[in-house]
Amino acid sequence: MTNTTQSEQMEFNNTLNLEQLLDTMYQAINKKLQNLNKDDVVIVGIHTGGFWIAEKLYKKLALTSPLGSLNISFYRDDFTKIGLHPEVKPSQLPAGLDDKHIILIDDVLFTGRTVRAALNEIFDYGRPASVTLAVLLDRGERELPIYADIVGQQITLKAGQQIKLCGPEPLKLVQNKC
Amino acid sequence: MISNNIQLDEQGRLKHFLSIEGFKRQHLINILDAAEPFANVHEQAVKKVPLLRGKTIVNLFFEASTRTRTTFELAAKRLSADVLNINISTSATSKGESLLDMLHNLEAMHCDMFIVRHKQSGAAHLIAQHVSPLISVINAGDGCHSHPTQAMLDMFTIRRHKKDFADLKVVIVGDILHSRVARSQIHALTTLGVSAVRVVGPKTLIPTQIETLGVHVYHDLQAALIDADVVIMLRLQKERMQGALLPSESEYYHQYGLTEKKLKLAKPDAIVMHPGPINRGVEIASSIADGPQSVILEQVTNGIAIRMAVMSQTLGRSGEKA
Repeated sequence: MTNTTQSEQMEFNNTLNLEQLLDTMYQAINKKLQNLNKDDVVIVGIHTGGFWIAEKLYKKLALTSPLGSLNISFYRDDFTKIGLHPEVKPSQLPAGLDDKHIILIDDVLFTGRTVRAALNEIFDYGRPASVTLAVLLDRGERELPIYADIVGQQITLKAGQQIKLCGPEPLKLVQNKC
Repeated sequence: MISNNIQLDEQGRLKHFLSIEGFKRQHLINILDAAEPFANVHEQAVKKVPLLRGKTIVNLFFEASTRTRTTFELAAKRLSADVLNINISTSATSKGESLLDMLHNLEAMHCDMFIVRHKQSGAAHLIAQHVSPLISVINAGDGCHSHPTQAMLDMFTIRRHKKDFADLKVVIVGDILHSRVARSQIHALTTLGVSAVRVVGPKTLIPTQIETLGVHVYHDLQAALIDADVVIMLRLQKERMQGALLPSESEYYHQYGLTEKKLKLAKPDAIVMHPGPINRGVEIASSIADGPQSVILEQVTNGIAIRMAVMSQTLGRSGEKA
């Protein structure tokens, strides 16, 4: 690793406090829940980063429904280009999503293609009453008309810059590979 | 990696699936792992994923099949592919068109995959060598040679019940001579590291020198069943038998049919498998086929997931090298 990327890494760690971002998400979701019947709310994390965040929030939110995990590999739009990863974990959604309010959680919102795939998959399981998108970071540069209702923090990255959540223990935001 | 195995492309990714031979352990593990999430697709309200949307898959069955053809068709449909079932008995091959001419016609219709079953060993290989480079071929059974997706669905079923392959004792019983399923199973089991594969049957139905495949030959079912973890029963393939290989069905059942008394020699948690179609009272007692140790219908269900995995890996060219 070069000196430049090391200093950029420092900058990242200084400006983005993971605990704080999670707390921002937690507060916003909690506020959202006040208007809903808690029994009708299902938390669904997108594999893998989104699921790690969902796990943390789920513990604090004390909901009755089980935590859902969504693996969108079968719904990607670039399957014919990149193929199928041999270690796809199955999606696990609670039975009967009809009329539920889904809080869909992901780590980084970028092009919006992952969320597009996730929405398609959710609707193959049922017809939820609503879907709320909550993300840790929104880095902009959308390629599809998708927005998040709940955002830990908006960030802007320079061209070629990446950000990635590593985990599950400890959760850590990094610039390149975990 | 330079490979002479036509089943892999230049990057070492799955292109055709013709036989288990030529694959390393990791290739087979990749297929088993890929099948796991497909086994859950039926839980969705819409029992489909859009992975192969817009692909056209052709079922070319030159030999009768219900289970295999149906599960291939279902697997393709659950991947959102379009499926053509060519009825060979009424197709132009019966008007004298050659097999390869027929294939070139299907290529001209821009099909993406051929699923082939043929009574001639090597038919799927021949087709794979002559199709255009964009087309994948999957062998759904060729003569007495190979039936690789059946073997993989059997490995998938075994793994779901038995965790680790290494210490297993697997017994394959019956008409080994005519069984492409047995040959593929033996290759898959030994590749996956099963140390004890036992084949059992009358001398007339065991191929000579089968020991070279790494199996132990038994002619006494009771002896072979001792401490077995997995018992695989095979059907007597009378349609392929030439000459007098068996004295009678009832004598065969007496010696090689699986009864509750004989099954007690295996481990108490042994599973009983059969690729189907089963002949009750010929190779297996009804009470076992329907009993708690039987996983015969699970095999059918798992066949869909395995075929989905193989189809999406060949058409999607999985990015990981094995």
